[in-house]
Amino acid sequence: MQSQLMNLLEEAREQLKNASTLAEAEELRVRLLGKKSKLTEILRSMGSLSPDERKALGQAANSVRAEIEGLLAERLAVLKEAQKELKFKAERIDVTEPGSPVKLGAKHPITVTIEEITKVFMSMGFTVTEGPEVEDVFHNFDALNAAPDHPARDMSDTFYIDEEKLLRTQTSTVQVHTLLNKKPPIKVIAPGRCFRCDTPDATHSPMFHQVEGLVVGEGITMADLKGTLDTFVKLMFGPEMKTKFRPHHFPFTEPSAEMDVSCFKCGGKGCRICKGSGWIEILGCGMVHPNVLAVGGLDTEKYTGFAFGMGVERIAMLKYGVDDIRLFYENDARFIEQFK
Amino acid sequence: MLVPVEWLKEYTDVKVSTQEFCDAMIMSGSNLETVDKYGEEIENVVVGKILSVEKHQDSDHLVICMVDVGQEEPLQIVTGAPNVFAGALVPTVLVGGKLPGGIKIKKGKLRGVESFGMFCSHSELGYPDKIVPVKHKDGVWILPEDSVPGADVVEAFQLKGETVDFEITPNRPDCLSMLGMAREAAATFGEKLVYPMTQCKEEGEGTASDYISVEIKKPELCRRYVARVVTDVKIEESPWWMQKRLMYAGVRPINNIVDITNYVMLEYGQPLHAFDIRQVKGNKIVVDTAAEGETFTTLDGTERKLPADALLIKDAERGVALAGIMGGLNSEIEEDTVTVLVESANFTGSGIRSTSKKLGLRTEASARFEKGIDPNLTADAADRVCYLIELLGAGKVVKGSVDCYPTPVKAEPIEVRPARVNAVLGIELSADEMTRIFESLEMKVEAKGENLLVTAPTVRMDMEKEVDFIEEVARIYGYNNLPTTLPEMNCQAVKSRKQELRDLAKEALVGMGADEVQTYSFVSPKGLDLIRVPEDAKERKLIKLLNPLGEDTSIMRTTLLPNMLEVLGRNASRNNASITAFEIGNTFLNIPCGDNFHTESDALVLGAYGGKMDFFLLKGMVEELLTKLGVPARTYQAESANQAFHPGRCARILVGEQEIGILGEIHPEVADAYGISAKAYCCELKFEDLVGLANTEIVYKPLPKYPASSRDIALLLDESVEAAKVEAIIRGAAGSLLESVALFDVYRGKQVPEGKKSAAFTMAYRAADHTLTEEEVVKAHTKVLKALEAELGAALREM
Repeated sequence: MQSQLMNLLEEAREQLKNASTLAEAEELRVRLLGKKSKLTEILRSMGSLSPDERKALGQAANSVRAEIEGLLAERLAVLKEAQKELKFKAERIDVTEPGSPVKLGAKHPITVTIEEITKVFMSMGFTVTEGPEVEDVFHNFDALNAAPDHPARDMSDTFYIDEEKLLRTQTSTVQVHTLLNKKPPIKVIAPGRCFRCDTPDATHSPMFHQVEGLVVGEGITMADLKGTLDTFVKLMFGPEMKTKFRPHHFPFTEPSAEMDVSCFKCGGKGCRICKGSGWIEILGCGMVHPNVLAVGGLDTEKYTGFAFGMGVERIAMLKYGVDDIRLFYENDARFIEQFK
Repeated sequence: MLVPVEWLKEYTDVKVSTQEFCDAMIMSGSNLETVDKYGEEIENVVVGKILSVEKHQDSDHLVICMVDVGQEEPLQIVTGAPNVFAGALVPTVLVGGKLPGGIKIKKGKLRGVESFGMFCSHSELGYPDKIVPVKHKDGVWILPEDSVPGADVVEAFQLKGETVDFEITPNRPDCLSMLGMAREAAATFGEKLVYPMTQCKEEGEGTASDYISVEIKKPELCRRYVARVVTDVKIEESPWWMQKRLMYAGVRPINNIVDITNYVMLEYGQPLHAFDIRQVKGNKIVVDTAAEGETFTTLDGTERKLPADALLIKDAERGVALAGIMGGLNSEIEEDTVTVLVESANFTGSGIRSTSKKLGLRTEASARFEKGIDPNLTADAADRVCYLIELLGAGKVVKGSVDCYPTPVKAEPIEVRPARVNAVLGIELSADEMTRIFESLEMKVEAKGENLLVTAPTVRMDMEKEVDFIEEVARIYGYNNLPTTLPEMNCQAVKSRKQELRDLAKEALVGMGADEVQTYSFVSPKGLDLIRVPEDAKERKLIKLLNPLGEDTSIMRTTLLPNMLEVLGRNASRNNASITAFEIGNTFLNIPCGDNFHTESDALVLGAYGGKMDFFLLKGMVEELLTKLGVPARTYQAESANQAFHPGRCARILVGEQEIGILGEIHPEVADAYGISAKAYCCELKFEDLVGLANTEIVYKPLPKYPASSRDIALLLDESVEAAKVEAIIRGAAGSLLESVALFDVYRGKQVPEGKKSAAFTMAYRAADHTLTEEEVVKAHTKVLKALEAELGAALREM
């Protein structure tokens, strides 16, 4: 009987080796270990043996059984692995085929630029504020210290609704709203639309965007103005950027300046974009004129401040290399979608 | 302001190169636009003396000249110039010579006759036509008689020169003059300013008051009038040095008297005028306004009807000049003029501006008066004119002047506190250093305790307050020398609720695949007709522009819908197969709001055509957007009256009773009007109103612990029964165990009778605190089924 068991084991080993599918292996499990298997037959026939013989044979039969089960498990594992491989092989795809379209929209490049500018100034503690597009002569000119005969007041420059109402020509109007409604310390920026009587061409648009800035407090100096805007430029365009402040004139600031930054394109060596100078003008700024501070009823001895304003289109055009301002307002999807 | 560098050096010593000069001037506040160069790229151009002129046998317009160019043999040159004559001296470019623009001269043959060079006009030597002297306008340049044949023209006439074009800001009209710019240059480089000579010999007969009297009747329009008289006037060409300076400053030389007045105008910034005194009747000048309806012929030959407040220079009988704008034809200088009245007057800017505007006549003089001129310049300028007349031998200056100056302008000192200057600029400059800066700008400084009393010259009309002096310190000290610091301030960066919601909405819509657009705030009123807005609608309360660029930008938009349709139309016309776009922007109504005469509020428009877009996809986007913004439960009501939309595919969007927007398929006729052939869909939301409704605060709801039990039903409904109504009935009947109800399928067609639809809803029942028993579910669901049957008569079946 012992030799029978050994034969059984050898047979099982041989058969399992030949089983090439999971089904065959399952079938073998039944044949080798099932109720009708030879092993079961042998165990059943043990009744006629002596207790000692029975014990010995029982042990032998169980160890053979355990060995067959082990072999079976091993074979099953191998076959399962093989089957998985087959399945994966059949499921293989061409990963170089294009992805199915999932489309994000794109924000308008003017929005993107305003958001970037805003983000930088917010990181420096500026609050974002706004003002109306339809304004009056007071907020747009009078309160901003523009002389009664200032040429910008002409109907050839400014869109009027009537004698008193107009479309703001600059976001500086928000300076006036802010000074009238807030107490120092004031630290705000105001992005928004502006309007001037310019016929559209590659560099002019009757509607455009500005970001205005206003800081008013005790002991604010022109050195603070320089530092703030220099920091803005480095955060916005990169730490290697340089700034240069040139004297200029605006009615609502004194002293006034224009700020140049080192050329985006050539980094200051001189190229077509910067007309060989290495510098590009990007904003106007200055110390808030005492006449403007006085509009807000502030003590001009105690408080000083600075203000600045930049053209968003100009910055966007320089940043993205857009060569025609009209593209911003044509809203061709093929243009907008480049700014994802 | 065109500043020839050579001319500027007459008043102050500029030692540096033009490039360094420009850089330093920019940093001290004189920004510049361009630098023009003259006399460059010219080689081998010499003085030629024409010895003989013969007709060319085969040409009507060509002549053959023999020319002495300082060589042993004269050269033969063929020319078509109409103004050559034997004895004329002309710039002659020799064979192998060069002219501006890379032109090289070769030996040539003109109609068979050899030519060994070419005569030059001013324009061939690189001067723009508009500055070529009148005398040489139509031909070659006839050089002065004392020119030496063979001399190099560039050297002999010092043609090389640079002109800097400075950009003058409106606060600095004093810089619209050579002296003004010289004052800036002197301060910038720490050099002295040398004033021009004005001392005259006065060899004319009598004194000025023998010739003329002056009366100012309108002192508010004419602050000063200085008259000087010159006799024995000889009108001729000015010397080359003066012509050259004028040309390089952009002015065309005409004759000595006109050139001198222009020259002095450029020097001082003071416009001048010369009358032929024969034409000044009654030896009298009266400065007065024109009579109502008076006409006057200006020296350009135009008869003009004058506005009643136009200031006129009159003699005893009539007007002789339109003050500060243009002289009169009746008193113009002529070839035979012998005695000249030189006018140097100061007219107020506002008066000149008003007349100039009304007449549509703007001249160099009027532009200068408009910007403002110091009345103290008039006497100096008149004297300078007289000095130059003597210098050029153009006439004899009569002793004295008639100077009518009712209220002289005096320079007033202003107190400047060095401590304040330092506090504003963030520097620590001593009072002495500040004094040095002020003095470099021709200002007088006196000490007053710790402070300074600074008196600016009266030409500096911009120096009104201490802060103006602070700027002078800053720019001469140098902006680049100021330190760089950050404000010591504690401020929190915040955005308003509206700004935050706008940002959120943009993020959400971009995330759903929509592109943001930006369109003009001003639009065409036709847009309202195209979308068929009723005449009495709120959207017709227009804010109109007085001076629009054109009809298509003449009103402020009251709705964003036409803008969006235009964007869709433009994209369609450019063959973009599909687009989904949105804009958030201001709309404007001519309806008062608070203290404002108008209402300005944010709207959001979403529009699309092509791709998989349909009503429900757009509605899905709107729903997701409103959910993101935390706008509470929205309902949709069918809308068929809005003519912009398809009458069967349009919905008003409501929150409670409040309408927050409209959504639908654009009416095919409207789409067609915008050139959109595909079906177009739009939604416009009153974004401003959403700000009040939105609640973006998130409160966590516990996840359900017990399972839900779901039931599906299909209802056979009349087409007219709205899904929202069914849902409402279900919600009303089910009680608190109903967790959700959703329409998941609508079927029309086979087995569904005409005019009916089969709508399938799924419902989930759940209790928060226990697993529902079958009984509980059945009880609730039965109520639903009964209600549906009762209220809709709906044939229903459980699925």
